[in-house]
Amino acid sequence: MTKDHQLSASGLALGYGDAPVIRDLDLELAPGEITVIVGSNGCGKSTLLKSMARLLAPLRGSVVLDGREIHRMPTKEVARVMGLLAQSPIAPEGIVVSDLVGRGRYPHQGVFARWSSEDERAVAEALAVTNTLELAERPVDELSGGQRQRVWIAMVLAQQSELLLLDEPTTFLDVTHQVEVLDLLTDLNRSRGTTIAMVLHDLNLAARYADRLVAVHGGTVHAQGASEDVLTEETVEEVFGLRSRVVPDPVSGRPLVLPLGRHHSGPPEPLSRPAPPSRCRSSGSHPSR
Amino acid sequence: MSTLHAPASAPPRPAPRPSPFAGRRRSGSVRATALTILVLALVAAAAASVAFGARGVTLADITAGMTGADGTLAEAAVAKRVPRTLLAVVAGAALGVSGALLQGLTRNPLADPGIFGITNGAALAVVTGMTFFGMTSPHAYIWAALLGAGVTAVFVYAVGSLGRGGATPLKLALAGAATSVALTSLVSAVVLPHAAVMDAFRFWQIGGVGGAAFDTLARVAPFLLTGFVLALVSARGLNALALGDEMARGLGAKAGRTRIVAALAAVLLCGAATAAAGPIAFVGLVVPHMCRMVFGPDHRWLLPLTALAGAVLLTVSDVAGRLIARPEELEVGIVTALIGAPFFIVIVRRMRVRAL
Amino acid sequence: MRRIAEAGSAGAGNTEAASGAATAVVPADIAAGRRRRRRRHLTVCAALSLLVLAAFAVSLMFGQAVYGPLEVVRVLAGEEVPGASFTVGVLRLPRALVGLLAGAAFGMAGITFQTMLRNPLASPDIIGISSGASAAAVFSIVMLSLSGTAVSIIATVAALATAGLIYLLSFRGGLSGTRLILIGIGISAMLHSLVSYVLARAAQWDLQTAMRWLNGNLSNASMEQAAPLALAVAVCAVGLVSLSGNLDTLRLGEETAAALGVRVERTRLLLIFLAVVLLAFATAAAGPISFVAFLAGPISVRLLGRAASAGSPLIPAALVGALLVLAADFIGQFAFGTRYPVGVVTGVLGAPYLIFLLIRQTRTGGAL
Repeated sequence: MTKDHQLSASGLALGYGDAPVIRDLDLELAPGEITVIVGSNGCGKSTLLKSMARLLAPLRGSVVLDGREIHRMPTKEVARVMGLLAQSPIAPEGIVVSDLVGRGRYPHQGVFARWSSEDERAVAEALAVTNTLELAERPVDELSGGQRQRVWIAMVLAQQSELLLLDEPTTFLDVTHQVEVLDLLTDLNRSRGTTIAMVLHDLNLAARYADRLVAVHGGTVHAQGASEDVLTEETVEEVFGLRSRVVPDPVSGRPLVLPLGRHHSGPPEPLSRPAPPSRCRSSGSHPSR
Repeated sequence: MSTLHAPASAPPRPAPRPSPFAGRRRSGSVRATALTILVLALVAAAAASVAFGARGVTLADITAGMTGADGTLAEAAVAKRVPRTLLAVVAGAALGVSGALLQGLTRNPLADPGIFGITNGAALAVVTGMTFFGMTSPHAYIWAALLGAGVTAVFVYAVGSLGRGGATPLKLALAGAATSVALTSLVSAVVLPHAAVMDAFRFWQIGGVGGAAFDTLARVAPFLLTGFVLALVSARGLNALALGDEMARGLGAKAGRTRIVAALAAVLLCGAATAAAGPIAFVGLVVPHMCRMVFGPDHRWLLPLTALAGAVLLTVSDVAGRLIARPEELEVGIVTALIGAPFFIVIVRRMRVRAL
Repeated sequence: MRRIAEAGSAGAGNTEAASGAATAVVPADIAAGRRRRRRRHLTVCAALSLLVLAAFAVSLMFGQAVYGPLEVVRVLAGEEVPGASFTVGVLRLPRALVGLLAGAAFGMAGITFQTMLRNPLASPDIIGISSGASAAAVFSIVMLSLSGTAVSIIATVAALATAGLIYLLSFRGGLSGTRLILIGIGISAMLHSLVSYVLARAAQWDLQTAMRWLNGNLSNASMEQAAPLALAVAVCAVGLVSLSGNLDTLRLGEETAAALGVRVERTRLLLIFLAVVLLAFATAAAGPISFVAFLAGPISVRLLGRAASAGSPLIPAALVGALLVLAADFIGQFAFGTRYPVGVVTGVLGAPYLIFLLIRQTRTGGAL
């Protein structure tokens, strides 16, 4: 598989009306790597992803795919190079898995073209890779959340694009399926060199699976690089307004963010029994102010 | 918890008469002023409704007509305008409150007896009564219309609130529209072979107050009165319900009971008004919105104010219909539709799509 | 923090995945499944075509006087057959032809809207797209004393104008299906009261003609109406079928469709335009036959079952629409003491199905 597709944004301003969500942002996706975009709610990370996928025209600046401005390219041509898994795609009622995955072949088909054996191969391969072959004849409505997400990923894979953008692919999944989906994406990246960019909510999963972490804050890229360099206590506080302790993850060695709250701010004292802390307001009903 | 915002000394029931000392807070005085203005507007509208019409009359005719004389044509015209005005006032108030109740009940900005197909349900019941049970008196219409309205309301709400996300505006509006189409076909099926019923029905269907008489009013009065009382009783509960069922229950409100009382009131009001005046569209939609914009969402104030504003709107629309098309008359149902539909569209355009 | 433990144990998931791959589903099975659904799609379409043909033949043969298939064929071939030439050739043929074409048009327009807006309730008759045609027709009959072709032309223009108005009003920085539906409902409520107004002023003798425009009726069908309708159905059907790939993709949601290379706004505008043209011509010829646009799609989808996603839904919907209209018109003419217009029959028969559909659809959640 080739790794030479370049997707980058420069001087990007995005938003609706007068208040841009993203202001003057530059970002280049490293080919063959997994880039994870993190940021607080409403910081514009999904907006950014949509614009990189040419679904949203920028107010200023441009998104460039392989040297050409993406919003000027024929949209089917882009679709053959780049796939997007939207945050909440809709499965038509009653559709069976293999037909849904077949919809990913749209950019490869002409107006009156018939279903070809190449289409069939692409669908079978996508099903095999996502481990959904045995679901092929099942209606999508009957699948569990994790299975459904794998089927959607299969749909995007059937598109046979070498660039994959995913908007919060783990939302609504429990932690087991979150890991399953992220493992699957990592497999794709390692075995086929697929360039992946995704938005994730969970900082610790982001840190674990990202080759490169991009923290978006204040309408621009606040920090980017390896997880260890980006996820520091300072950055977390700047980007999320959250005080935290960052320790190495005992499983992956990547940074692990432990948020501090008003009630849990000190270092753990594992051996002392929790005596009632003196700073605690013991009786709330008295006007102690 | 739920009484946090209510000052202990202020009775929760709104004063029905305008008083300059109605509220100590600013919002209270705003409401009192609004109440005064609305009452004055209603008086003016009612006066205009008696005075103006297709036939010009003199002041002497009016006083004579008011006292019951109908010797001359002009006096007779005035004598006919009095019950008509009363019906416009009462039906407008009923439709306004019914719309406010439905909107509060379903937490749905698009709720309206017409949009929800409730008036079509009443229509089907009325023509069925006319055709198969030989109903001729307005008294019989009332029962039929109430029954039809009630059954349709329950059906549309039940269908619209099934499934994921409960009763969203879109689901309810679609369920209402689809039910309307079905009911319209059924009405046609009943009416088509019976030329006489079709003739009577097409005049009922248009929605007007022109044919009002005192005995019609007397017949619907008990239903309307019950409806208004139930509406006021449910006001506090509706305020809690506005926060969502779970929150309301958390605040100690009985969500289920409020819902039933308010729905009963809405159906009584809308059914009785429809029985007396025919289906009049959009009053129930427009009036509560305007009132909420001016007076805020507290149902204890909103419901009485909506009643007044609805009465004013319907009376003014009726007068306008008489004046615009002189020497003919434009039925009030047409006038309200012409005012209401653009308003509906504005609301839809202003709603955030995701909020649907 | 609990996540550490869970993430650690998730390594076990890989073994489950590996064993899953060992199950013997091979690509050939998938292709076979796809072929099976294709075949079923074709079979259903063929069966429906036969039924439509049968219904068409029945409506030519039966009536007050019954003619055998031979006589009908001779009339169709242009021979002069005493009695049959008039009854079949002049009375029944145009009626059956307009019914067939209008049914197909309603069916295709309905499924296009339902699929595009991802909502089986959002068929053009329910969201008021055709109400403009009725209002304009009733108005021109009662107020302008027009009749025949003039009314049809006005109805067509009015349907297009109403649809355009609804589209423009619901367009606000992009088209939202929800807004389109709601604004359609509002507009049709307003037009409905205009119709009431006009009807209340109608002379007795205009009433029957005017009611035709409220329910849909084939009793005045003529060959002059069938010709433009046939042309519209042919052109729009080709257009819609060529867009059916885009339409299928659009069902996955706007973002996914756009990411797959569908030009969403343009596709939607084209689809709406073609569907509205179909609807306008069909309404102008036969009146707004209630529920055909609404029911044809869901019925055909149920007939197809899992095969529904294996081919274009347009053709089956068109066939079901034609079948519904032909059958309902036949029932309306002969099943009761009074002759009911076709629209009343479809309306009354459709109501229970509508209720069933509403309940089923909202219970499963649908896409609402």
